[in-house]
Amino acid sequence: MLEVKDLHASVGGVEILKGLSLRVKAGEVHAIMGPNGSGKSTLANVLAGNPSYTATSGEVLFEGEDLLTMLPENRARAGLFLCFQHPTEIHGVRLDHFMRASFNSIQKSKGLQEMDVLKFDRFLNEKVGIVEMDRNLTKRSVNEGFSGGEKKRNEILQMAVLAPKLAILDEPDSGLDVDALRTVAEGINQLRSPENAIILVTHYQRILDYVVPDNVHVIINGRIVKSGDKKLALEIEAQGYDELEKSVESLQSSG
Amino acid sequence: MTTTNQVVKDVAKQEYKYGFVTDVESELAPRGLSEDTVRFISAKKNEPEWMLESRLKAYHHFVSLVEKEQLPTWANISYPPIDFQDIIYYAAPKPKETLESLDQIDPEILKTYEKLGIPLEEQKLLAGVAVDAVFDSVSIATTFREELAKQGIIFCSMSEAVQNHPDLIKKYLGSVVPYTDNFYATLNAAVFSDGSFCYIPKGVRCPMELTTYFRINTQGSGQFERTLIIADEGSYVSYLEGCSAPMRDENQLHAAVVELYTADNAEIKYSTIQNWYPGNEEGKGGIYNFVTKRGKCAGRNSKISWTQVETGSAITWKYPSVILQGDNSIGEFYSVALTKGYQQADTGTKMTHLGKNTRSTIIAKGISAGHAQNTYRGLVRVMPKATNAWNFTQCDSLLLGDQCGAHTTPYVEVRNNTAHLEHEAFTSKVSEDQLFYCNQRGISTEEAHALIINGFCKDVFKQLPLEFAVEATRLLEMNLEGTVG
Repeated sequence: MLEVKDLHASVGGVEILKGLSLRVKAGEVHAIMGPNGSGKSTLANVLAGNPSYTATSGEVLFEGEDLLTMLPENRARAGLFLCFQHPTEIHGVRLDHFMRASFNSIQKSKGLQEMDVLKFDRFLNEKVGIVEMDRNLTKRSVNEGFSGGEKKRNEILQMAVLAPKLAILDEPDSGLDVDALRTVAEGINQLRSPENAIILVTHYQRILDYVVPDNVHVIINGRIVKSGDKKLALEIEAQGYDELEKSVESLQSSG
Repeated sequence: MTTTNQVVKDVAKQEYKYGFVTDVESELAPRGLSEDTVRFISAKKNEPEWMLESRLKAYHHFVSLVEKEQLPTWANISYPPIDFQDIIYYAAPKPKETLESLDQIDPEILKTYEKLGIPLEEQKLLAGVAVDAVFDSVSIATTFREELAKQGIIFCSMSEAVQNHPDLIKKYLGSVVPYTDNFYATLNAAVFSDGSFCYIPKGVRCPMELTTYFRINTQGSGQFERTLIIADEGSYVSYLEGCSAPMRDENQLHAAVVELYTADNAEIKYSTIQNWYPGNEEGKGGIYNFVTKRGKCAGRNSKISWTQVETGSAITWKYPSVILQGDNSIGEFYSVALTKGYQQADTGTKMTHLGKNTRSTIIAKGISAGHAQNTYRGLVRVMPKATNAWNFTQCDSLLLGDQCGAHTTPYVEVRNNTAHLEHEAFTSKVSEDQLFYCNQRGISTEEAHALIINGFCKDVFKQLPLEFAVEATRLLEMNLEGTVG
């Protein structure tokens, strides 16, 4: 489904990703772990087409298409979803209106039937249960005045509404207490299927207790330095990133 | 960044869709302003002597203002001096006999209104909307008149009102906006040509929306219409005006006066959708919209509410105001002003609290794109006898791009310490983060702008009568159309 080949990317002229490669197949959940500043979020943003990030070289194929030349909205319409680490607020735009506009844009691009207000309202009522979100929250402005937990639930709710092929979750666990974490994780699990794939970017192992990954990759200094299964996450939990960072440094200095 | 710049460029370039000219023979006053011009207009309208005298009084006052160079200069707008001798003060389509039915209207003019989406044939009209159409200087047609007359409602052109209802005109015309009020109001009092008149008798709730549609057609002409709405005790009326003009390279002057009057327990809701030609991309041409609008809540528990959506004109200079004279009276002002290209808008309101327990609400939303300048100017004045006066003011600005400006100038003058005033204001920009968030959810940059702008204007749009709210939303979207995601 997704193939990243030797991807280099920079932010504000500083190179963050330095030759990252990754393959994700339908039905898989890949966890991307790494210390702060290693390039986890950069990967998520470059894949989604955030204009503040520049891919300088390398190639990304999404379902065989050249992803990097597509506009961000066309990536979304092709089935790529980014669960934002810090979702932005949009004053005056009601969340449910926003979600309907989003849903209908995607339907329209595929030549499918758009939903009217009433239909979408019923549709949304079914979906809010997945993240145990208060329906009244969807009548407020997008993310405005939402708590950290509410913002994350909102992101997962939108994922449920859009049912993307590939969901990239950028630290969906950051800032959540245990209960909220469990709710968000259960929401993600309900959306797993053999047809779609998930890239879960996280700093901590704990969400992986709930969302069990097929593959775990560790990014250090813009590259994947180690890949494995669920056990790798536990190792990191036990040892921290320091050990891995040291071994990477010695590898790089020895050339 | 590039996408936003492109969008802003496109927003600024969006073309005006009502810019066509109607080919119709017109009868014009000689170019320029003199006592003879005033007499010409009055004679054309076959006016009684008292009306002519009142016009001449205003004319002489205007001459003295020009001599003393007392032109208004305080607004945040700039334009070359207007040559008042280079304007045609009266233009009427021929033939000019009194029209007995709609069949007698020049078919070219009917077509014009149809193109504008305002069919004048009654059977085609939306149920519940009566229309008065003003073409250049004269009222062309007033629909549903008989239906309204059954309830004692008078809805006709100002010219007819002068002939048929002189007592009401003598009593109320100029009672809210006297001829000495300001420069352009003085000019209007001297040369006003037509406009709408409306009287709602005691206890009557007007069963339909009343609408006046203003159209400037003749080249080099100004439009000086005069509107007067009187709501007698316990009555209610909702009134809407719409405006447009052909595209021309020179600037045209529109200096209207609107007066509203409410007696005890009466309510007037006045909505405007203003879409005068704004000038071209370089800022050439367009309408100068210098308008005086004021309402007087004369009676107890009466209410006047102004709602305006302003997308047109090269320059807008307009402050719909309310004098809160009756105890417990309420004044409201809801405004959306969209400026793009080289448009300038200096608009806001004045709320003057005279009576006890009077309340006013001001919600003003300014949107600027391109090189446009958008100023909110407001005055809340609480006079000594106005105990427990209450005001809430909110003025927000939204900027698209970095070459436009938003300015807020709220004045407050309180002479009674029981007054309660609240003020909120913020300026925001559509951020790259917001656009990317929308894009990531499949929403194009163009749709995202429309979504954010509609959200920004929501508080004002919900004040409009339903079908006009739809029209206003469409108008804003049309003004933003053609943007590339």
